[in-house]
Amino acid sequence: MPLHLMLIPGLAAILIFQYYPMAGIVIAFQKFMPTQGLFHSKWIGLDNFRYLLELPDFYRVLWNTIYIAFMKIVVGLVVPIVIAILLNEVRKEVFKRLIQTLVYLPHFLSWVILSGILLDVLSPKDGIVNAALRALGLPSIFFLGSNHWFPFTLVVTNEWKEFGFSTIVYLAAILGINPALYEAATMDGANRFKQILHITLPGMAPIIVLLATLSIGNVMNAGFEQVFNLYSPVVYESGDIIDTFVYRIGMVDAQYGVATAVGLFKSLVSLILISVSYVLAYRFANYRIF
Amino acid sequence: MSKSASWALRSFTVVNYVFLIGISVLCVLPLIHLLAMSLSSNNAVATGSVTFWPVEFTWKSYQFIIEKPEFMTSFFISVKRVFLGVVINMVLTILVAYPLSKEAGKFKGRTIYVWIFVFTMLFSGGIIPLYMTMRSLGMLDTIWALVLTHAVPVYNVVILLNFFRALPKELEEAALIDGAGAWRTLWSVYLPLSTPSLATLTLFATVSHWNAWFDGILFMNTPVNYPLQSYLYTVVVGLDTLIKSNTDLEVLSLISDRTARAAQIFLGALPILVIYPFLQRYFTKGIILGSVKE
Repeated sequence: MPLHLMLIPGLAAILIFQYYPMAGIVIAFQKFMPTQGLFHSKWIGLDNFRYLLELPDFYRVLWNTIYIAFMKIVVGLVVPIVIAILLNEVRKEVFKRLIQTLVYLPHFLSWVILSGILLDVLSPKDGIVNAALRALGLPSIFFLGSNHWFPFTLVVTNEWKEFGFSTIVYLAAILGINPALYEAATMDGANRFKQILHITLPGMAPIIVLLATLSIGNVMNAGFEQVFNLYSPVVYESGDIIDTFVYRIGMVDAQYGVATAVGLFKSLVSLILISVSYVLAYRFANYRIF
Repeated sequence: MSKSASWALRSFTVVNYVFLIGISVLCVLPLIHLLAMSLSSNNAVATGSVTFWPVEFTWKSYQFIIEKPEFMTSFFISVKRVFLGVVINMVLTILVAYPLSKEAGKFKGRTIYVWIFVFTMLFSGGIIPLYMTMRSLGMLDTIWALVLTHAVPVYNVVILLNFFRALPKELEEAALIDGAGAWRTLWSVYLPLSTPSLATLTLFATVSHWNAWFDGILFMNTPVNYPLQSYLYTVVVGLDTLIKSNTDLEVLSLISDRTARAAQIFLGALPILVIYPFLQRYFTKGIILGSVKE
C-alpha cells in the first residue's frame, strides 16, 4: 500500500503535464481557433495533413532532418569509440581523470552558451577560426551562413559538445572486460595494438551493437536546440528541421493545426522507430532499460 | 620483447598523450577565448588582437552587466527556478524510482506503472498542445510553467531505479525483519547507499533547469519573466540592443557589444563551471543506464 501512495505525486504530475497535453493532438484534425477552444473548433479531418503533403517545404525539411540526424548518429558512434580506446591506453590515472574532466565539460553547457561562443568563433569577419584559416593561406568559410557548410558545421559542433560524455558508456564497457584476457594475450606475445584489436574491440562489440541499434530511434531527431540557436533565414534551405519548422509555422505564423499535424507526424514516426530499435536491442543484445 | 616493439609502444604513447591533450584543450579553448574577450578592452577586441589572454585588461564589461537590470532579474529567476525545480525533481524521482525498483511479484501493477512513465519518453503531444495546456491551466508567465512541465524526469527515474536494483537484496530483507516499513527502508537504507547516484542526478537536474531556455521563450509572454538562458538567447541572436539610455551610450564607448556579450555568456556558464568539478567524480559510479541481462 505505501508503495502505491509513493507513486501518487509522480503519477499526478505526469498525467497533468504529459498525458493531458496529448489530448491536444486533436488540434491536428481541426481548423483550430484558440478563442473557440479544443472541442469547439471546426473539424476538418485530414485536411492539415493533405495541405502538408502538398507543401514543397515539407519534403525539404524532412530530408534535412533525416540527413543531419543520420550524419550525427554515424559520427557520434565512431568518435567516442576511438577516444574511449585511446583513453583506456593511458596508464597514468591522474592524467586520464584530467582529460575526462575537460572533455565532459561542453556537454553541460547549454546550446545558448555554446552558440554564443560559436557565433563569435566561427564568424567569417573576425572569428578566430577563420583568422587561423587565413593564417594558413586558406580562404575564409562562412560556416553558419552557407548552405553548403551549415549541415557539416552542425554535425561537427554537436560532436564537439557530446563526444566526451558519450565515451563514458564505452569506458565502462572496457572496464568490464576480464583483465585475465590481457594477461593471457601478453603471455602469448601480443603487443598493445594486437590487444586493442583482439580483446578491447571485441569486448566493446556488444555495447557498440546495442547503441547502434538504439540510435535507429533518433533518425527524426536532428537536434532542435542546436539548430534553433545557430540557424538564420539564409540557411533554412539546408538547416530547417521538423522541430524548427513546427515552431515557426505554429508559434510564429499561428497555424496551430498544421504545426500540430507536423509534430504528430514526427512523434508517430519516432515512436515506431524507437519501438523497433528497442525490440531489436532486446533480441540481439538482451537489453532492457528497466 | 624486441627493442623496436618498445620503441613503437613509446612513440604510440607519446602520440596518444599529445592527441588527447589536443582534443581536451579544444573542448575548453573556445570558452577561454570568450573569457579573454570579456576581460579585454573594446579596442583590443575590435582589432582582433585578443586570442586566449586578455589584452588591455578591464572589468568594465562585467560592471556594465552587473548593473544591467534585465540580466540580474533573469539571473534571479533562474536561481529560483533551479532551487524549486531541483527539489521537486529529486523528491519525485525518488518517490517514483523506489516502488518501481521492486520486482513485479512484490509490487502489484508495477509493469503497468512503469509503462505509464516510460511511454512519456517515447511519445508526447508536441509543443503546440503543451503550450495550449499551460495556457488553459493559467500557468503562462509563471515560474510553475518552467518548473512543473518536467516535474518527473523519467530518464533520471530509470537511472535511479536501476541503481536501487543493483543494491544487495539482503539489506532490504534485514530492514523488513527489523520492522521497518517501506518509507523507513527507503529513507534509512536505500538513500544513504545511493549517494553517487543521487549526486549525479542532482547535477543533471540542476544543469537541465539552469540550461533550459526554450520553455522560457515558449511560456513567458513578457521578457521580464525570462530565466537567464532565455534572456541570453535574445542577447546571442541579437534581439537585444544594449543601448537603453545616454549613460549606457557613454559606457558603451568603453566596452563593445562583443565584449559585453562575451561577459554575459560567460556569466551564464559560470554556475555550471563552478559546481561541475565537485560532482563530476560520481559519474561512473552513479549512472547505471539500463542493464544487459545475462
